[in-house]
Amino acid sequence: MFDFLVSFIPRAVMQSIPLLYGSTGEILTEKSGNLNLGIPGIMYVGAISGVIGAFFYEQSVPAAEMNAFLAIAIPFLSSLLGSFLMGLLYCFLTVTLRANQNVTGLAMTTFGVGFGNFFGGSLIKLAHSEVPSIALSATSNFYRASLPFADRLGWFGQIFLSYGFLAYLAIAIALLTAFLIRKTRTGLHLRAVGESPATADAAGINVVRYKYLFTCFGSMIAGLGGLYYVMDYANGVWSNNAFGDRGWLAIALVIFTIWRPNVSVLASILFGGLYILYLYIPTGTQFAVKELYKMLPYLVTLFVLIIVSLRKKREDQPPASLGLHYFREER
Amino acid sequence: MESVQNAVRLEKLTKHFGNVVANNAISLELHEGEILSLLGENGSGKTTLMNMLSGIYYPDSGQIYIHGKPVTIASPKDAFAHGIGMIHQHYKLVDVFTATENIVLGLNEKGKLNLKEAGKKIKEISEKYGFEINPDQKIYDMSVSQKQTVEIIKVLYRGADILILDEPTAVLTPQETDKLFAVMRNMQKDGKSIIIITHKLHEVLEVSDRVAILRKGEYIGDVLTKDADQQSLTDMMVGHTVSLNINRPEPVNPTPRLEVKGLTVFDDLGVKRLDDVTFTAYSGEILGIAGIAGSGQRELLESISGLYPISKGEILYHNPKTGCDENLVGKDPMSIQKAGVSMAFVPEDRLGMGLVGSMGMTGNMMLRSWRNGKSFFVDKKAPEQLANTIWKELEVVTPSTNFPVRRMSGGNVQKVLVGREIAQNPAVLMTAYAVRGLDINTSYTIYNLLTAEKMKGVAVVYVGEDLDVLLELCDRLVVLCGGKVSGVVDARTTNKREVGVLMTRVGGNGNEQ
Repeated sequence: MFDFLVSFIPRAVMQSIPLLYGSTGEILTEKSGNLNLGIPGIMYVGAISGVIGAFFYEQSVPAAEMNAFLAIAIPFLSSLLGSFLMGLLYCFLTVTLRANQNVTGLAMTTFGVGFGNFFGGSLIKLAHSEVPSIALSATSNFYRASLPFADRLGWFGQIFLSYGFLAYLAIAIALLTAFLIRKTRTGLHLRAVGESPATADAAGINVVRYKYLFTCFGSMIAGLGGLYYVMDYANGVWSNNAFGDRGWLAIALVIFTIWRPNVSVLASILFGGLYILYLYIPTGTQFAVKELYKMLPYLVTLFVLIIVSLRKKREDQPPASLGLHYFREER
Repeated sequence: MESVQNAVRLEKLTKHFGNVVANNAISLELHEGEILSLLGENGSGKTTLMNMLSGIYYPDSGQIYIHGKPVTIASPKDAFAHGIGMIHQHYKLVDVFTATENIVLGLNEKGKLNLKEAGKKIKEISEKYGFEINPDQKIYDMSVSQKQTVEIIKVLYRGADILILDEPTAVLTPQETDKLFAVMRNMQKDGKSIIIITHKLHEVLEVSDRVAILRKGEYIGDVLTKDADQQSLTDMMVGHTVSLNINRPEPVNPTPRLEVKGLTVFDDLGVKRLDDVTFTAYSGEILGIAGIAGSGQRELLESISGLYPISKGEILYHNPKTGCDENLVGKDPMSIQKAGVSMAFVPEDRLGMGLVGSMGMTGNMMLRSWRNGKSFFVDKKAPEQLANTIWKELEVVTPSTNFPVRRMSGGNVQKVLVGREIAQNPAVLMTAYAVRGLDINTSYTIYNLLTAEKMKGVAVVYVGEDLDVLLELCDRLVVLCGGKVSGVVDARTTNKREVGVLMTRVGGNGNEQ
């Protein structure tokens, strides 16, 4: 059993990191009153943008001469830029033009996936790859580097120290975000914007600025989830549509944690575990049963939704103006 | 020297909304450390004037002086900077936040957010002025009066020394009102200057030092409270009757049509909205419902139409088709409408009830007729014809009958609504604020329509705001005050003064004069 856990937990954690990034980003976004259903697409764009950056850096420098700092910084920054632009586009459509948030978000997910597959396919062609994927192993090695003494610490090292830096960054960002939302003046203002923009406006808070700022921040955080997936989890191998439905799982996680990023740190590991549980349960050739196990995270989310709506606690409800646009003169 | 004693001096403030003059060259003074009542009927411009002082509106012309210095107030922030704080009728609070969180919201104090420290300061303010508040209580757990307390503390926390309260007692119980007045006196002792907007004369007399009166956007004058009584204030507030020359034929063959007996309703917060309301509406007459806004008019009409839960009382309807009496209590809106009770309710936002903004005239006509006929498809011809008739006869200005009503002007929207209700051939026609926001010509069109209905033998119930119109259009008036009927008078023999007193007399203690 212990051996099973020592091998299972690190796998679950690696599954959890993209979800943690995605849900932290989405929580920050939703706290500003924007229901960004474009998160799956934004994570996709974050991934492909990082891949593009890494690809051109690997192409221009021989593997042996690659600078560790640049190999990490270039994909990192291009990933941030890609998801930032997506966030900005979402804000422009929903905040400035006051388009419907659900429609905009869904459209952006479709767009993001298409964008990723288009450039993914183009890179595969550019690289003259024989398989429908592109491997950025050199960059991935930098991303996956863990502490050198982790191997020597036995199970402790395996469970806690065997991950690349993006995994620890995800936890740090989640905890920081939780602190920001709950404890700071900025967080108070942000929550007020999401709950009642008219009240925030009357109190002198710049509603539009808060919505733009935190939706873009949220998108950038979510985008890092895509970057982690390619560079760390998938060992630098990009193939179209491999990212799967992790974006939706991240949004489910937001509801599961009742808008609390600190809870998300552990909840995402639970989700990650449930997501890969089917691999550890011998089902033989019964693929249909495997699919049933894959439903577990969603079932758990439905269960939490039922519990939360039964309890009817006001603090556990979504931000009151989530999904609504705000226009001062419209009263 | 005189200007030094004034906390606020307004000089010839004027504000237009389109063609309407909301405030016409109003000059007003608020002395240091006094409580000033601002008195006036609905639409007399009290709130507009105060909104200019608190930075919501910007005056078209005129000058504001604070503590003797000329200032420009372009936003609520500017108002705060000058120590002016306004407590609006509609509270602006975040429900899931605590009192403290709401109070510090938007403040950019130095250092990190310290809610404990803020809570202490709130406690100090509360003790100083006699508020009762728990800084850690969530807003959604609070009563209306507690929410009001939070709003007032919010203003004091920001260091305001000039406070404006817009109808603060409208939502309070008498006990809560007493507490509020005690707090106001404490604030006055502390050197704060206060303006209170209200229509309740006994409160004016109880709490204020001086009364300033507005009527139809004009400043009428001021009077020291100790020199005033209810009668003199009413006279100043309502002024003299203006002759409008609305055609008013004698009622034809009045028979009881709708009898309301002991109607009592509570809203979802448990506040009594109608208290033992009893009256009878006759066929062939226009029954006016007069009262200050929010005295229960809306609840009354909605109760009769089956849209409001009734906790006690009877509504008897003498159905002219069958000749039987029916009790409308407990019936659903559809069957009440079928029996012949029709409501043309024009709520504050005009489109909220009755019309669908994005549909055209035809579509809106269909809202009433879609059940007619047995075909699987709805009949579009009849409503189209009706829409065309209304379009022509009522001179609705619209490019076509399919033009979304949302984009029509207010008067045209109201014509469509009233026109449709009349076309149902109702036995009882109820209208609320049917002429709100309309120009004079359109208003007369509506008056004539209602009078024509009355002559057909319909019982018309007209809820209105303008006393002059009520007195000239209606046959009888039911006056509501705080959810109670404070009097039923003959509109032909009564006068504005009498109705004005009834409108403002809470509790109906009629032997004051």
